Amino acid sequence: MTAWDLLSDYTLHTVAMGAAILGVISGVLGSFAVLRQQSLMGDALSHAALPGVCLGFLVAGTRDLGWILGGALFTGGLAALTVLALTRLSRLKTDAAIGIALSVFFAVGVVLLTVIQRMGGASQAGLETFLFGQAAAILRSDLVLMGGVTGVALTVVLALWKEFKLVTFDPEFARTLGLPVTLLEVALTVMVALAVVVGLQMVGVVLMAAMVIAPAAAARQWVSRLEHMVVLAALIGMASGIVGAVISALGAGLATGPLIVLAASAAVLVSILFAPGRGVVWEAAGRVRERRRLRGRQVLATMLSLAREHGDPDYPAEQGMLDAYHRLGTHGVLERLEARGQVRRARHMPGEGRHWVLTPEGRREAERTLAEIGPGGR
Amino acid sequence: MNERTATGPQGPVHEPGLALHVEDLTVSYQGRPALWDIDLDVPPGVMAAIVGPNGAGKSTLIKSVLELVPRTAGHVYLFGQPYRTVRRRVAYVPQRSAVDWDFPTTALDVVMMGRYGHLGWLRRPGAGERRRAMAALEEVGIAELAGRQISQLSGGQQQRVFVARALVQEADLYFLDEPMAGVDATTERAIVRLLEDLRARGKTLVVVHHDLQTVRRYFDWIVILNVRVIAQGPVERAYTPENLRRAYGGQISLIEGFGARATDGVSGE
Repeated sequence: MTAWDLLSDYTLHTVAMGAAILGVISGVLGSFAVLRQQSLMGDALSHAALPGVCLGFLVAGTRDLGWILGGALFTGGLAALTVLALTRLSRLKTDAAIGIALSVFFAVGVVLLTVIQRMGGASQAGLETFLFGQAAAILRSDLVLMGGVTGVALTVVLALWKEFKLVTFDPEFARTLGLPVTLLEVALTVMVALAVVVGLQMVGVVLMAAMVIAPAAAARQWVSRLEHMVVLAALIGMASGIVGAVISALGAGLATGPLIVLAASAAVLVSILFAPGRGVVWEAAGRVRERRRLRGRQVLATMLSLAREHGDPDYPAEQGMLDAYHRLGTHGVLERLEARGQVRRARHMPGEGRHWVLTPEGRREAERTLAEIGPGGR
Repeated sequence: MNERTATGPQGPVHEPGLALHVEDLTVSYQGRPALWDIDLDVPPGVMAAIVGPNGAGKSTLIKSVLELVPRTAGHVYLFGQPYRTVRRRVAYVPQRSAVDWDFPTTALDVVMMGRYGHLGWLRRPGAGERRRAMAALEEVGIAELAGRQISQLSGGQQQRVFVARALVQEADLYFLDEPMAGVDATTERAIVRLLEDLRARGKTLVVVHHDLQTVRRYFDWIVILNVRVIAQGPVERAYTPENLRRAYGGQISLIEGFGARATDGVSGE
């Protein structure tokens, strides 16, 4: 089978479409979760979906997707309420409360899973695929459900856009305006649970948190408006989904869910390193530029001082002396200044080191520098 | 506002002639009183400072009036009515540290948030909101920074954005929590001028203030607080060294200086 055959494969289309839908909903809702510093809540919600999956199976008696996803939503919501209750009623901080809820619910889910397995019967086969997802098992009819849930969530976000924005930015102020802040926060949390439900088959409960966090975290690096962040996070999520699905199809037998998560994580890595303004590389480059600029100005100022001391605006400063003044090799600095037309080479005796003279432009820059550092400076 | 009779649909009206009327207010955090049996009156049209040592409950007082922290006991009336029914006439400037300034949005957008209460559900801010927000940024003197991402603003500029957001609320009563804390002198002057301007237009301002040296210069009404109300009233009557000493207690040496200055102020007026 050639790569082209593969890319026109029906199963791949279904999987890629599902992954894209998942990427959109988790990118959009993850943006709010990340900005509200509730990323870990996504982790708790997804782990807490496991007991719900099992309960849904037990109630329905078969692997009925509606019951299973309904159960996941139910226990996910229950976990979120548990976190809220723990932080409100006890003195536990949010991170501890989330940790407790996450592990307790997940443990219950694993116990239920083993109970179901012990009960035997063919129908229970494959419930553990919800741990890490099994993309290939997704049907076209599942896409309708996933798309429907995503559509509802997006509509709600669009309709309550300004309320969600304000509650995320400044909940206390929102309360003074009379907004039902708690209700809006619950809505945002419930919708993260919806995103988890959409991702259950594809990515599974263990890795689903990464889908909530990664696209949003990556998008935040590139933009500085909430609307741009949400759209970009949706696009990154969608792209990660499709890339993961295609790689898994090409690599025959590689698990789709983890690949999608890896694709999203790669987007995070690239964004953290290279995003303009906020990226690590960008900031490091900015520091280097700044240091170079500063060195250049220091050397110019020294040359101006020397010229003034000698009463000669064209005083040729010897490079070795400038090195000694600054306790470093000024060769590179002087060449950069020369390239910018702020210094020029002066004639010197054979056997002597190079000499440099300020150009009028260099003198202006040096005067500015000395004026800035004031009379106390050199 | 429409006229309300002595027993309007919201229940009896209490002291409608006062901008703020607090009765027997007690607030406690985990069993420890933060505010104890507060009785407080602020007439309309004044610029009132709330001063007191750290932990005196200054911010808590504002937050309990605005129902941001639960009251253990007591009643609060704004223009004679409970807060819920007069929300629109009240604006709030929280402490600058209350939000994460790395949030992806612009100065103009934050100011427009002050209009959300008037807009109501499902309606988006439009040209009208944008115009008001720009005018408010103009008033606080940073109109040229409207499109700037808020993390790129200095502390003073961020504070001005918050004040501008309260301006577009077009309220009658403004609560400001330490608006002059940690800002540059230019910002402080700009904010004070703006507050004086609001007072001249008949608005009432209640300001948590930390700098005792400027109380006499900026304010005409004072509430000295230390869990209880130590003193309240017009600055020239209530802002005495004796009252400050009672509020600040242990930090007495610090107070002596200000006290002397406060007395000088009285004789000079």
